[in-house]
Amino acid sequence: MAQTIYQSFSYILPETILAIFFVLTLLTAIVGKRRSKYLPAYMALLGFVIAGIFVFNQIGTDELVFSGMYAVDPFSWFFKIIFLVAGILIILFSLQSRELEAASTKYAEYFSLIISLTIGAFFMAGSTNLLMMYLSLELVSISSYILSGFTKESARADEASLKYVIYGAFSSGLMLYGISLLYGMTGETNLYAFNQAIAMGGIQKITLLIAIVLILVGLGYKISAVPFHFWTPDVYEGAPITVTAFLSVTSKAAGFAMLIRFFKIGFIDVAAQPVVAGMWEIFRGFRWTDIIAALSVLTMTVGNLVALWQSNIKRLLAYSSIAHAGYILMGFVTLSDQGISAMLMYFVAYLLMNLGAFYVVMLVANKYHTENIDDYKGLGYRSPYVAFALTVFLFSLTGIPPTFGFIGKFYLFAALIHTNYIWLAIVGVLNSVVSLYYYLKVVKNMYLQQPVETSRVSFDFGTNLLMTLLVVPNILLMLYFSPVLAWAQNSVTMFGIR
Amino acid sequence: MNLHVGLTDFLVVSAILFSLGIYGVVTRKNAIMVLMGIELILNSANLNFVAFTRFGLMNLTGQVIALFVIILAAAEAAILLAIVLNIHQQLDTVNVDEVDKLKN
Repeated sequence: MAQTIYQSFSYILPETILAIFFVLTLLTAIVGKRRSKYLPAYMALLGFVIAGIFVFNQIGTDELVFSGMYAVDPFSWFFKIIFLVAGILIILFSLQSRELEAASTKYAEYFSLIISLTIGAFFMAGSTNLLMMYLSLELVSISSYILSGFTKESARADEASLKYVIYGAFSSGLMLYGISLLYGMTGETNLYAFNQAIAMGGIQKITLLIAIVLILVGLGYKISAVPFHFWTPDVYEGAPITVTAFLSVTSKAAGFAMLIRFFKIGFIDVAAQPVVAGMWEIFRGFRWTDIIAALSVLTMTVGNLVALWQSNIKRLLAYSSIAHAGYILMGFVTLSDQGISAMLMYFVAYLLMNLGAFYVVMLVANKYHTENIDDYKGLGYRSPYVAFALTVFLFSLTGIPPTFGFIGKFYLFAALIHTNYIWLAIVGVLNSVVSLYYYLKVVKNMYLQQPVETSRVSFDFGTNLLMTLLVVPNILLMLYFSPVLAWAQNSVTMFGIR
Repeated sequence: MNLHVGLTDFLVVSAILFSLGIYGVVTRKNAIMVLMGIELILNSANLNFVAFTRFGLMNLTGQVIALFVIILAAAEAAILLAIVLNIHQQLDTVNVDEVDKLKN
């Protein structure tokens, strides 16, 4: 049921809270000591926690607010939880980061930008209007441009932010042109009205194809799908590790949320049963999902193959995150509820394992001052617990039991086989085998190679506790995944789709 | 001779602007010139929005979108200029091809 503008405000309370705390966090720069990182960090954490309470209150809500511009439904609810957890973890990571101390006078700006990126991600997950989509995408982009170059004295970070902003502005410009064509063809900016306009026919197929491909450029850039992935390795390597971890989870998940909603609402023939068969063909026998399938195969293959040659662990994880975007896209190809819920479940796994891996990389960079995989030699002897944690995260990224990553991959492949995309499942499995090589190379370095130095390096209690909090769910959820599965299955509901 | 300017004329102009923008982004080495290419792309989309609203469609959505895009383009230009300025201070170049330390 559509809400009036006045009533709508009560549905964006979490976003409002975050916006207020964005300002408050920024203000801590003038109240507290300029170099203190704790005051802005705790202010931001408080904002996330309060916003989290309001998000939890929205459980089960299924409403379209602000004249059909923004949907508050179980689908966006799922992503909001992911963003909040990622944001809180990143703030905790940032408190320990050595790298950020180079910009120690700007902690308030740093934490407030993390909040603003999260607000953008919230709106990306829920927007049902082309203008809202574009604006929220830009909010995420602009925040992340600044974040990636945050330690601006480091030449690496400068280069990362320059590449990011050029690729980003270019692809969002292409996306905007695509949006303008869509608006011109249908006269609508609302995805639901847009669906009806296509249903009535009379739309030029070629123009529609061009417009959608241009919009896919913008979305593909956000999720770093392959023809649009060139920025990813450089930005992930150059940006501070905490920012890299944040971008690889929040920004990517937000892009996927928007991609799924855009196609699922805009292009599905609601009357058709089952819905899977109801996606409109561009031309006879050629469906939108075929483009996505091609993107998915390209993304995971290129990501995995190039990752084989990397010697910098951040760059390796960047290519691995490209490959993971390919795996997640596989679930989208099916467009079935099963496929989408498998994708959602994979996001939970991805959040845990990817943030965990980046956390370990940050800890190692703090104490060992290196990001080179060769320098991980003997880490298993020098810091056993950290090495064990990294092993768990890398196994999870590969999809080997007993880790949650296995369950995530398993459900993705099951969804593909269920909808007869067996060739795609085979490509996915082959890719996982390839990925095993470069993940295990790190593990081999840690345990089977003799260290140059043998002194023990230990970490403090808080660090170990936070790491345990990431390791335990990675293993525990493998054994007891049914709550996550149920949550993901309940979250495929979008407003207006059944 | 018919001098009436219609929707098609606007779309052609915007398509030309769009192509010039892409050409600029792809060929220019100077970061500022790349930014100008991006601005051309954004403005070609803006021209589309306004033209579609003026001819053909009855609502004002397109013009509102154009306003939003102008603001966003300004924000994006500010960010890019700040980053380029910082690059210039740190690395003493604004040539995007020379900023390539992050390659193996």
